[in-house]
Amino acid sequence: MTIWIDIAALDEIPQRGARTVRTAQGCVAVFRTFDDRVFALDDRCPHKGGPLSDGIVHGHAVTCPLHAWVFSLETGMAQGADAGSVATYPARVEAGRVLIDAERLMGRRVA
Amino acid sequence: MTQRLVVIGAGMASGRMIEHLLDGAPEGWDITLFNAEPRGNYNRLMLSPVLSGEKTYDEIVTHDDGFYAARGIACRFGETVTRIDRARKVVVSAGGETPYDRLVIATGSAPFIIPVAGRDLPGVVTYRDLEDTNAMIAASAPGAKAVVIGGGLLGLEAAAGMAARGADVTVIHLMGHLMERQLDPAAGYLLQKDLERRGIRVHCKGATKAILGRDRVEAVLLEDGTVYGADLVCMAVGIRPEVRIATDAALDVGRGITVDARMQTSDPSIFALGECVEFEEQLFGLVAPLYDQARVLADVLNGGDAAFRPVQTATKLKVTGCDLFSAGDFAEAPGREEIVFRDPGRGIYKRLVIENDRLIGAVMYGDTADGNWFFQAIKDGTDISATRETLIFGPAFAGGVQSDPLAAVAALPPEAEICGCNGVCKGRIVQAIEGGATDLGQVRAQTKASASCGTCTGLVEQVLALTLGDAFQKPAAQAICGCTDLTHEEVRRLIKARELKSMPAVMQELGWRTSCGCPSCRPALNFYLLADWPLEYRDDAQSRFVNERLHANIQKDGTFSVVPRMWGGVTNPRELRAIADAAEKYDVPMVKVTGGQRIDLLGVRKEDLPAIWADLNAAGLVSGHAYSKGLRTVKTCVGSEFCRFGTQDSTGLGIALEQRLWGSWTPHKVKLGVSGCPRNCAEATCKDVGIVCVDSGYEIGVGGAAGMDVKETQRLIKAGTEAEAIEITVAFVQLYREHAKYLDRPYKWIAKVGLDWVRDQIADPATRAGLVERFDLSQRVYQKDPWAERAQPREARRFRPVADLSLEAAE
Ligand code: SRM
Ligand SMILES: Cc1cc2nc3c(=O)[nH]c(=O)nc-3n(C[C@H](O)[C@H](O)[C@H](O)COP(=O)(O)OP(=O)(O)OC[C@H]3O[C@@H](n4cnc5c(N)ncnc54)[C@H](O)[C@@H]3O)c2cc1C
Ligand code: SF4
Ligand code: FES
Repeated sequence: MTIWIDIAALDEIPQRGARTVRTAQGCVAVFRTFDDRVFALDDRCPHKGGPLSDGIVHGHAVTCPLHAWVFSLETGMAQGADAGSVATYPARVEAGRVLIDAERLMGRRVA
Repeated sequence: MTQRLVVIGAGMASGRMIEHLLDGAPEGWDITLFNAEPRGNYNRLMLSPVLSGEKTYDEIVTHDDGFYAARGIACRFGETVTRIDRARKVVVSAGGETPYDRLVIATGSAPFIIPVAGRDLPGVVTYRDLEDTNAMIAASAPGAKAVVIGGGLLGLEAAAGMAARGADVTVIHLMGHLMERQLDPAAGYLLQKDLERRGIRVHCKGATKAILGRDRVEAVLLEDGTVYGADLVCMAVGIRPEVRIATDAALDVGRGITVDARMQTSDPSIFALGECVEFEEQLFGLVAPLYDQARVLADVLNGGDAAFRPVQTATKLKVTGCDLFSAGDFAEAPGREEIVFRDPGRGIYKRLVIENDRLIGAVMYGDTADGNWFFQAIKDGTDISATRETLIFGPAFAGGVQSDPLAAVAALPPEAEICGCNGVCKGRIVQAIEGGATDLGQVRAQTKASASCGTCTGLVEQVLALTLGDAFQKPAAQAICGCTDLTHEEVRRLIKARELKSMPAVMQELGWRTSCGCPSCRPALNFYLLADWPLEYRDDAQSRFVNERLHANIQKDGTFSVVPRMWGGVTNPRELRAIADAAEKYDVPMVKVTGGQRIDLLGVRKEDLPAIWADLNAAGLVSGHAYSKGLRTVKTCVGSEFCRFGTQDSTGLGIALEQRLWGSWTPHKVKLGVSGCPRNCAEATCKDVGIVCVDSGYEIGVGGAAGMDVKETQRLIKAGTEAEAIEITVAFVQLYREHAKYLDRPYKWIAKVGLDWVRDQIADPATRAGLVERFDLSQRVYQKDPWAERAQPREARRFRPVADLSLEAAE
């Protein structure tokens, strides 16, 4: 079952930027792209733990601020020569509010 | 014995002639060079890239003041020769009479003005020289309306250039299709479509009836009644040889000044060359034959026996993105056959005209890679009966090699012409490379290949690649990133030329391939825009690397470091106490003295940044920008205040400089050092700007560094007073901000533009004052403490999570 939780107004996240959501298991980064889509990913780079929410957002991808690995926001997969992936969570915009799937977020603990 | 040579006209032809003449006999001539234009030789062909904003005038000057000075040439620029007195062997100009032993007339041609009403109105220009070009640049603000009369080579380059600057352009052409002298209707149609795609309106079969306007042009009226509004009208309907002084002097003149194969006129002491001459009833309008004339005339003047023989020329259009080529005779006629290839999907058209088993003409549009190969076959009169079936597919097919981009060039014989303008064949280029030339610049210097219209640059590079193999490095002109093919330099120029003032404007107008750029281009564009348009552009935090977005250095564990400014490396107990208190309050794991004479608080959590800044602010400490491509530190020594050797107050000057420059953004980081005497305890000679005080003033050096490359500063200028030293430093930093490529430290940038150029700019009082003024203007916007802004509660929120689900998740 999906439990959509309202976490913020879309305006709280800058376009081509991100904010974080604190969870019991660490932070999740919520990205807003140039075309006002939102994506939620673990805020930890699989390379050396860089905070992806502090990276530069371009198209539907983010570049890690520490060593410039690039991740697809849609799939969480590392792009180009690098291998690795970041967990993604369902997120959507409704009436100017950002909703993310709490069910999956809480499920993290079990996984 | 030296002879007195007077040259009338400093154009493409005479410039080349003078080079050859002095190569042959460096001491033999005492030259006086007149030019109606108030300047010396420049590459007239390249006015089109200047018009479109792809080049600047400085880049197309072929002979600068130094060239003339080194050769003792008396320059009379801006002075028109009004009369030739053949009996007394003098020429007459505003400056009086100048005697000659030999005279060369190289007056070029004058644009033809169609005799319609309104042709004299202000706002009607032709397209011949820099003044015309500047007039069109001035009139091509976005949205302005321009009408070009004439759809030939010049008219279309004018139209494309103005359109590139945002003007709304209409081309009126008398004939049924564009460039009818060089193209057949099919190629003309493709060209028209390409131009229309970039927003240029084309009106063929349009006869101009009148130019309308009261005090200046307002519109153009055609015979068919159509009216096009116009803020500027460019007449580009043709040229005629400039022969007036020759006619007045009763030399033989037909359509041009009549010359023989030695370039001699009907007066044995007088020679002529260039577009002003007529040879065997032929006129010349492209530079290739003019350069041949230049070689011949130089040889004849030096006592040689060269003779001029016109060769065929091929035409290319210098409009980026419109690829066309035509050569030879391509008219239909009885006994001629043609081979046509069309690929409508890719907009490619090729047509070969054959007579008696020989290729006599070729027209190509869209894909012109094989142009030179066909042109060579035309000139050689090669028998093509055996290869007829596959001829149209070019050399790659003929040789059985498929689709290798270098194959076409590899298949060319050594005599094949690569540079049409300068008549340089492949063999000559290969020879230069085998003789040690390893890049385009060296090949250009030794052979002149690609030195005129530039369209063969790619071919020359391919010859380099073929001859050198892996040793060939493609020139450093690298695109910024995968989002565009443009280089940093081109983008900087286009941002200014086309007045692009926002990131979407740049990406749209310059054809970015991605929706919103990438981490390589966005920070660069953000800097270029804020440096060029400080008042109009709004800094885009999302286009900055995390350090500059959050105003702190990210650490390996995702925490941040905090470095307050310590002006000139000087601090006091109150500041030290505030730093100590903050370090304790926020559990800062390490407090370290940096290499830049200040204190670093390392390992601060992102959420704590606004609060620690607020505490530091309260003690008067502001951001040290230790994270920025901007002003970092000004390192100083104790100087005359305390040191027994100090000659000036180096500490005071360092503080004054830091207070003037802090907060400014630059292409890469900028560090300064001020030492009180040549013992140089502040290590000023390895800083971007290093000032070493001496008894008589301040030695200012630039371009030092001590990072991945260690560079010693080079002497820029000496200042007499502290105020002057500050002004020079500010002007230098602004010059760097306005011109350098993003992420080039000053030493890299100076290596590209030359220290002499930098010094000339800074030494010129008006330029220096302009730079200082623009810097100060930008500082009015950007010299603000970013910490103070972000310590405000509204902004501080952004450093914390937007939501906290840890409690809910734990339930
Ligand atoms: C803190 C400091 C080392 C120290 O503990 O002393 C330091 C720390 C860093 N330097 Fe440095 N540099 C520091 C003085 C220097 C100096 C010495 C100086 O300024 O006199 C140099 C050589 C001088 C020079 O710049 O020419 C120096 C040459 C570099 C370079 C190489 C630059 C180059 O052009 O080759 C980099 C890399 C870069 O900027 O791209 C760099 C980059 C860095 C970065 C920002 C690396 C990064 O991107 O994370 C380091 C940040 C560490 C952090 O987490 O805070 N740092 N760095 C010094 C801060 C000075 C200050 O007060 O602002
Ligand atoms: C915009 C543009 C683009 C072009 N593109 C190409 C191209 O791609 N390929 C190509 O082959 N050709 C091109 N051309 C043509 C080429 O520039 C000319 O063929 C060439 O410049 C002619 O050289 P010239 O020395 O005969 O005359 P010019 O270069 O015109 O020089 C003549 C000089 O004499 C001066 N002068 C005239 N009368 C007097 C006097 N009485 N006293 C003193 N000075 C005088 C004039 O001011 C002028 O500076 C282009 C031309 C223009 C305008
Ligand atoms: S030299 Fe500079 S960049 Fe390298 S580890 Fe030390 S502080 Fe970091
Ligand atoms: S930690 Fe993300 S790229 Fe290294």
